[in-house]
Amino acid sequence: MTEQGNLAPLALDRADARVKHEAGIGGAVRAFLDRVRSGDLGSLPVIVGLVVIWTVFTSLNPVFVSSSNLVNLLFDCSTVGVIALGIVCVLMVGEIDLSVGSISGFASAMVGTLWVNQGWPVALAILAALAFGALIGALYALLFNRLGMPSFVSTLAGLLAVLGMQLYILGSTGSINLPYGSALVDFGQLMVMPKWVSHTLAAIPGLAMLVSGLRTFARRRAANLSTPSVAGLVLRVAAITVGLELIVAYLNQSRGIPWMFGLFVGLVVAMNYALTRTKWGRSMTAVGGNREAARRAGIKVRAIYLSAFALCSLFAALGGVLAAARLASASQQAGTGDVNLNAIAAAVIGGTSLFGGRGSAYSALLGIIVIQSIASGLTLLDLSSSLRYMITGAVLAIAVIVDSLARRSRASHGRA
Amino acid sequence: MSESPERSASVGELVLSLRGISKNFGAVSALTDIDFDVHAREVVALVGDNGAGKSTLVKILAGVHQPSSGTINFRGRPVTLPDPRAALTLGIATVFQDLALCENLDVVANIFLGNELSPLRLDEVAMEMRAWTLLNELSARIPSVREAVASLSGGQRQTVAIARSLLLEPKLILLDEPTAALGVAQTAEVLNLIDRVRARGLGVVMISHNMEDVRAVADRIVVLRLGRNNGVFEPDASNQDLVSAITGASNNAVSRRAERLRAERDHSAQAGEQRP
Repeated sequence: MTEQGNLAPLALDRADARVKHEAGIGGAVRAFLDRVRSGDLGSLPVIVGLVVIWTVFTSLNPVFVSSSNLVNLLFDCSTVGVIALGIVCVLMVGEIDLSVGSISGFASAMVGTLWVNQGWPVALAILAALAFGALIGALYALLFNRLGMPSFVSTLAGLLAVLGMQLYILGSTGSINLPYGSALVDFGQLMVMPKWVSHTLAAIPGLAMLVSGLRTFARRRAANLSTPSVAGLVLRVAAITVGLELIVAYLNQSRGIPWMFGLFVGLVVAMNYALTRTKWGRSMTAVGGNREAARRAGIKVRAIYLSAFALCSLFAALGGVLAAARLASASQQAGTGDVNLNAIAAAVIGGTSLFGGRGSAYSALLGIIVIQSIASGLTLLDLSSSLRYMITGAVLAIAVIVDSLARRSRASHGRA
Repeated sequence: MSESPERSASVGELVLSLRGISKNFGAVSALTDIDFDVHAREVVALVGDNGAGKSTLVKILAGVHQPSSGTINFRGRPVTLPDPRAALTLGIATVFQDLALCENLDVVANIFLGNELSPLRLDEVAMEMRAWTLLNELSARIPSVREAVASLSGGQRQTVAIARSLLLEPKLILLDEPTAALGVAQTAEVLNLIDRVRARGLGVVMISHNMEDVRAVADRIVVLRLGRNNGVFEPDASNQDLVSAITGASNNAVSRRAERLRAERDHSAQAGEQRP
């Protein structure tokens, strides 16, 4: 380490002379390039993809990047995005849930029936829908843990069964309109953050990074471990803060940041913390990477699967409630069609591996922005949904190909 | 079998003592009436042919299997080992042959897997520091503890697995074929590691098929044959004695081959003498 000079005792993790260590900002850049070259791509493909998609659509129709269109995009992102966040949970442990669309549809139908038709308080109706979602996930986990039923099959069965339940409770009318002017519908369609709130929130990630980065720096130095470069940290914090503030300022030219999107991002951040900084998250990653090793390490593997499936269905139900609020209705079409695949595609496009053990909550956020950008761009071009399906399908295929190739490259470069 | 004086002088208190351990799987008796002792600061090699019961014995000690009869005394007290957790809490750590590491996690995460510090807000700095302390005590050659285990060599993975087993301060460590998959240099490294583990005052039980490795590191060699005790040897015991204890007779495939080779050599030597 250059900061410590030559005479200072070597840091605990730098004592081995045979290992090359990068220092400073140049070193960080070189280490990043090394990682990418060996197939550890992280969020790079999705960011490159996003830039390409936005450039193409903007050149075809400049309205695409108008702030009002982007605000609408954020409203649309939030519903399926929350479902994709649940998909990230099951993909982390190497399983899948194909029934998230049906669960979201059933949850919206449940809120419609209980709230509008039966006259329950709206909060209670939402809670009931969420509880039902978690219960379905727990059932999948039970089938998986006790009977060894592959999640692919059990959730495929669930897809049909829950869709049937949705049609059943909606009955012959087929759709229930949620009252305009109610808090739930306003939340899904109108409510945006005041400007000062959005600007304050945009400053928080940078501040949090700075504080935790400096604290880690001090603790590592005290523990005689090598320390990351402070200049790099400050640079990153500055870039993130300026970037977020610019985005917020641009969106505030129109309606502003939807509260619903704020909820979605809040959930993403919370899940990211849970997955990376808690014992539970570490156990999820371990189970996804090597189930037997996790079991021998004393991790309660069945409980981990239970939490993954239950969380996934819970998020699916929440996404369904948000979708009902967004559309101001609970219909037979809710949750059908491309909702299922969009949610799974978003998680995978965002960089969560289908093979388990690799992923991040942020992949749901990035992935759903890609998917909704395509949908929004094609709608602006007045293209039919047939083309939209084809293009989204192609993007998903490309994402999985990138994932598979990166996985092969990681294996040959000796990275997990 | 008596122990040589300089070795027994350094060997510590009795850590583990098995008496009359038997294990039946249905009609098959995998172990019959096994007696087995391990002291602190001692490496005991457990050798035997395939099906001799080595792995069954280690699995009983690891809490994976329960003995059908017999007593286990650990540090002077009779104990039962109903599950792997119980064995770990008592202070018996096991490194299985397949190591059971998560390749997608880094070295620190693997060492602390299942024992993370502050579960709701992982203390990465403290865990990394402890990981380095453990690895340095073993003089391990690990480039970075923040690399995924997938990027490590076989010997380095074995090191990580052993370091992980030492995390909970065990009194006894069981190594199942620690050198089976390793090259020459890496084997030497792992044998050094075993020496250092012994120097820390632990009892070590090591299963191995490789007599050379066993002689290099073991203080005692316990031979199992068909699920029974078949002798305890000093590391300097002759190969023939060991092989015959393992295979059960002085007349076996190994000794016959040695006999044949010797006969051929004698024969050619005689032929050479007669030629001029």
